[in-house]
Amino acid sequence: MNKEFQMKLLSLIERDSKLSPEELAAMLNCDAAAVRHAIAELENEQVICGYHTLINWDKVDPDSVTAMVELRVTPQGGDGYAKIAEVIYQYPEVESLYLMSGAYDFLVMLREKNLKAISMFVSEKLAALEDVQSTTTYFTLIKYKEQGFPYVMPKKDRRMVVTP
Amino acid sequence: MRDFLAKKIVDMPPSGIRKFFDVVTEMPDAISLGVGEPDFDTPWPIREEAIKAIKAGKTFYTANAGLAELRRAICDYTARKIGVSYDPTEECFVSVGGSEAIDLAFRATMEPGDEVILPQPCFVSYEPCVRMAGGIPVTIDLKEENDFRLQPEELEAAITPKTKALFISYPNNPTGAIMEKEDLEKLVPIILKHDLLVVTDEIYSELTYGGKNHVSIVSMPGMQERCIYVNGFSKAFAMTGWRLGYAMAPKAIMQQMVKIHQYCIMSSPTISQYAAIYAMTDGDADTQMMRHSYDQRRKYLMRRFKEMGIPCFEPKGAFYIFPNITEFGMTSEAFALELLKREKVAVVPGSAFGACGEGFLRISYAYSLEDLRVAFDRIETFVQALRAEKSGAGTEK
Repeated sequence: MNKEFQMKLLSLIERDSKLSPEELAAMLNCDAAAVRHAIAELENEQVICGYHTLINWDKVDPDSVTAMVELRVTPQGGDGYAKIAEVIYQYPEVESLYLMSGAYDFLVMLREKNLKAISMFVSEKLAALEDVQSTTTYFTLIKYKEQGFPYVMPKKDRRMVVTP
Repeated sequence: MRDFLAKKIVDMPPSGIRKFFDVVTEMPDAISLGVGEPDFDTPWPIREEAIKAIKAGKTFYTANAGLAELRRAICDYTARKIGVSYDPTEECFVSVGGSEAIDLAFRATMEPGDEVILPQPCFVSYEPCVRMAGGIPVTIDLKEENDFRLQPEELEAAITPKTKALFISYPNNPTGAIMEKEDLEKLVPIILKHDLLVVTDEIYSELTYGGKNHVSIVSMPGMQERCIYVNGFSKAFAMTGWRLGYAMAPKAIMQQMVKIHQYCIMSSPTISQYAAIYAMTDGDADTQMMRHSYDQRRKYLMRRFKEMGIPCFEPKGAFYIFPNITEFGMTSEAFALELLKREKVAVVPGSAFGACGEGFLRISYAYSLEDLRVAFDRIETFVQALRAEKSGAGTEK
């Protein structure tokens, strides 16, 4: 598949996965079958890993809490980090997991029903892991922007309705 | 009491867009595709420069012609974009939007009775500007079959002994037409033969699609010395409300334009000018992002019209699409009003941009794809209903 075409397609559906193959085809100057084929291929190669919806949960479930946990670990052996990561990302509570450069090793993102659930998970699950030396937990207060979309901006069109 | 009003102004018709604006404003739930300005916010770094200027107290008048630093940046930018060099001290000035520069171009050059050739359909303010300056607009009806490009024969046919100037604006509002190098080259000998002044409004110069960059008539041999080049920040940098544009012209013309500007305006908004320096020197990536986005929408709309079976020439510039609706046997105003009434979608009748815009609509794609999708579903419903009514009426006969 043409690399440039692939990049254009990906950047379009990254911002709006609801675009239909027909609409994408119109914007990319090709036919819908080519779009369907390209998407299937990208899904196969796990370039496209899923289709999520960006939801501002604070609006529907004000008690829900997200937190970031810094983990310091003692890796055992050459693939020590990978082994630890495998254990951590199995937990459904873990939304994202990154290996970091700098003062700590892993950054774990969590979302839970409430503060207590997060505390329990960190103390009973993460801190209890054998290779984990220490944890530092930060709770999110307000989400202003996620995945490139601001949550706080007014969406209204502020232009006059007809201008020359 | 006497009648205090100036007849020249009273006789001037109000903008056709204005009339439509009043109707649409009455319908708050309508989707409008009638806007002639970008849907993007001004890029944040440009806004930040303005904030810095305010914080630093840079709030005084500037030189009449504009900040020297900005004029230098504008001249560099223009050289980079269209390959023409201007002297920032004597051949360039910063105006209150491109609109002021157009007004001054005519005020500085028109003698009573001078004719200005004005290809239509075009932006609504050109004709009144020519008249207010004492000139006489001589319009040319551009043809859809020529992709709304000005043809050399059309120009030649419009010239009389009184013709002083040719006005052109490409990429064009409302048609989205462009003029390519070969098209402009054909006009040059006629312009030279009749010793015409050229006023060229290139406000949409950064918004061309299909890989070819904009070509300015100023870059053609022998043209710079007889051209007034107008451009601005509104479209390329989504800076409409900042009211900032610029013009370039030979020194003798520029001196007269700046003289009027000095008496009427003093100097263009200082804070906007500081922000504009950033746009000229570092704004290309933002323009590129917006152009890319407009292009995707443009292609999407072309496809939608094709599926509806409505003929529409391919616009290669600006952010308008100009479909032909003569099939429905309605005036473009009647069509637009009916579309607004039944499906609550506002578009601008082509006739607002000159009599030859009759039979067309101007549809802006300075809207998110989401809005366009909804609006075009409604337009499709409307078009199908009209066709059904028409064929129904046909069988009754």
